[in-house]
Amino acid sequence: MDVTRLIIVAVGGQGNLLASKVLGEAARASGVSVRMSEIHGMAQRGGVVESALVFGAAESTVISDGEADILVSFEPLEALRALRKCSEKTVLITNTKPLPPFTAATGRGTYPDMETIRSRIRAKTARLIEIDATALATGAGNVLSVNMVLLGALAATGLLPVTENAVRDAIRETTRKQFLETNLKAFELGGQAAK
Amino acid sequence: MHKLLQDKPSETFFLLGNEAIARGAVEAGVAFAATYPGTPSSEISLNLFQMSRESDLYFEYSTNEKVALEVCAAAANCGVRTMCIMKHVGVNVAADALMTLAYVGVKGGLVIVSADDPYMFSSQNEQDNRYYGKLSGLPILEPSTIDEARRIVADAFELSESLKIPVIVRTTTRINHSTGGVVFGNIAPPKVGGGFERDPFNLVTVPAVSRSLHVKLLEKIARAEAMASSSEYNFIDGGGPFGIIANGVSFNYAKDAVRDLGVEERVRILRIGFSHPMPAELIGKFLAGCDKVLVVEEGEPYMEEAVRSIAQEAGYTLPIKGKGPELFSRLFEFDPQLVREKIAVYFGFSYTPPVKPDLSDIPELPQRPPNLCPGCGHRAVFFAVNTVTEGMEVVKPTDIGCYTLGFLPPLSAGDFLICMGSSTGTAGGFSRCANRKVISYIGDSTFFHSGIPGLINAVFNNHDMTLVILDNRTTAMTGHQPHPGVDMNAHGMAGYNRVSIESVVRGIGVEHVSIVKPYNLKKCMAALREAIGYKGVSVVIARQDCALQIKGTKKAAGRPFAVSERCKNHRTCINELACPAFYLEDNRVKIDAALCTGCSVCAQVCPEGAIVPVKEKNKQK
Ligand code: SF4
Ligand code: SF4
Repeated sequence: MDVTRLIIVAVGGQGNLLASKVLGEAARASGVSVRMSEIHGMAQRGGVVESALVFGAAESTVISDGEADILVSFEPLEALRALRKCSEKTVLITNTKPLPPFTAATGRGTYPDMETIRSRIRAKTARLIEIDATALATGAGNVLSVNMVLLGALAATGLLPVTENAVRDAIRETTRKQFLETNLKAFELGGQAAK
Repeated sequence: MHKLLQDKPSETFFLLGNEAIARGAVEAGVAFAATYPGTPSSEISLNLFQMSRESDLYFEYSTNEKVALEVCAAAANCGVRTMCIMKHVGVNVAADALMTLAYVGVKGGLVIVSADDPYMFSSQNEQDNRYYGKLSGLPILEPSTIDEARRIVADAFELSESLKIPVIVRTTTRINHSTGGVVFGNIAPPKVGGGFERDPFNLVTVPAVSRSLHVKLLEKIARAEAMASSSEYNFIDGGGPFGIIANGVSFNYAKDAVRDLGVEERVRILRIGFSHPMPAELIGKFLAGCDKVLVVEEGEPYMEEAVRSIAQEAGYTLPIKGKGPELFSRLFEFDPQLVREKIAVYFGFSYTPPVKPDLSDIPELPQRPPNLCPGCGHRAVFFAVNTVTEGMEVVKPTDIGCYTLGFLPPLSAGDFLICMGSSTGTAGGFSRCANRKVISYIGDSTFFHSGIPGLINAVFNNHDMTLVILDNRTTAMTGHQPHPGVDMNAHGMAGYNRVSIESVVRGIGVEHVSIVKPYNLKKCMAALREAIGYKGVSVVIARQDCALQIKGTKKAAGRPFAVSERCKNHRTCINELACPAFYLEDNRVKIDAALCTGCSVCAQVCPEGAIVPVKEKNKQK
């Protein structure tokens, strides 16, 4: 079986740990082997959270620089920062809504403009999929479902060794009843936006 | 029911490494566990704590790792299956107990988990605790995968009981914080033991007793070495002339590399999972079949040294390499590509490195460092200290916790830090040699952990220092675990007592003690001014519940604040307080109402009085 390497980066609190949990569950239910590792040091204090998911016949839970097949970023600046993980074969999906770090928000350091982010990513990867996940999540009824929008976009690319339906089922398995409807709606909106 | 207590043998669950470790202990019938929390080990304890509330398992958060190990040593000497969990540097704290417990041994299995942290994702050093095996004589087991972590922990209890000494299970962050499929085994009933039997001539380590105990320990180490050579955790994969010896996650990287390079036929891999004592006989046999050997291990050349000495004794002259300028570093952690490249280079396999993107045209990106939360009481205290010490020469030893983050500008609250509790001990030396006023910061949990002896020392030796105890009533950094100063009743847990920091401090004999509320800056500064002016030891206890822990509860501060038109754009708030709820819009300071906890500290800092509570009806978004 081929190996698929996926990196998810987000800012603490954006819900990417749930996203990786959903993917792990989808893989398990589909009989696809998967391992993942997370560096979530101080996520709740506003740091960056990075998860690596390795699907298929490999033992490692870590993805080296230049070796991600897919990169999903919950925030555009973090997509740019994570470019070292990518190569010209990588498909990169990013939320376009900036979440400026405190340094930039208070005038120490400059947040790069969207055009720079876009052009650099395009030049160095195979494909860039831009999703205004925050707006779509709000449209789905819960701004916190950014993670589900991006999962929808990711599943729609067909690059994962699990189907959109398997991910949908995994969302049903892992998310709380009260959020299920908005989560599934967000997932669909993300899927449509990516197609 | 807790998910790790489910009686579902042979079913596969997708678990975090730390959950798998806790499950392994439950399957082995663990009946007793103690810990002091520390990343990356904390979720093991969290799960055991949760399970203890719905099973017969006894679990405690102890004041520090040494106490935890002593508590466990006694339990295990009553025949109880016991687990003691800590991060790698915690073993240093417990080392005094560990070294002689190895002599005394155990009756019920005792497994000590040491969670090492290569690359220091959340630690002050990256020491390699396999050397604790050598130093103490205790066996060490190291898993490579999540499912193996479950199995190895369960087997570690057996090993401990058969040798009658504690066994160390050593993990690294990439085991603790990785997730993978785990196949559940059967849960054994908790092994509770039969009480204590007196045996002072084997259990009271006066010199005459210890002399005979050391002889017995050496015999156990010899038995352990023989067991290591036939252990299922030390095995050989493949049969080619090129040998790789690897442990832990390095084994995974090596295995993937051999497959990616397509050299399965040419390489044999010896995986070491029982790494102290090193399996000399097995390694000897392995070397006999190799032309050339590469040792792949993160951290120190622990296995490499052992393998060389085994080869030397057997008279083998084959090349054995591991650490070196062209090969592996002792620094940080490995990754699959690095291991693939080094294997290819060393054995001369053909290899195309991945084309990494050229990042030279990426502009400098603003950093996103972790920060004290909006409304964190520590920020207010640091600001208050900075204000009252303006123009003074001060040195500020700090300690380990969220408040360490305050060392960055603009708060710059921290000049020296080496380990848990060092803020109180180092204060003594600074007070004599720094020619500056000493103001130390320590958290409540860290104070109980190891800050108290340093404070006693300061009182006895009459050092001139002010200790600021940042009392947020929890162990915030590692995920809000309790500590002796926490009111457990308030958390709905009965059967605990509470130790008052103030009584401890007064009991030690500190004469100048004040208690302040950080959100009241004026009073806080007045108390600090007095304490700092006092010659001798003074203590200021700054009490404010952790803002993150009380978020969304009744205790939370209340309405958010906003910047009104009165703002003259001095930016004292941003430049000196730097709450992460602030941002700039059209070059004006704004407050993100979704982040602001309403602590009101910025309102007290603003010289124009321009920061005011948001009125309920036109609450801004
Ligand atoms: S978790 Fe609590 S103590 Fe830590 S930075 Fe946040 S508010 Fe402060
Ligand atoms: S009141 Fe001011 S200092 Fe307190 S959380 Fe809100 S913005 Fe931050």
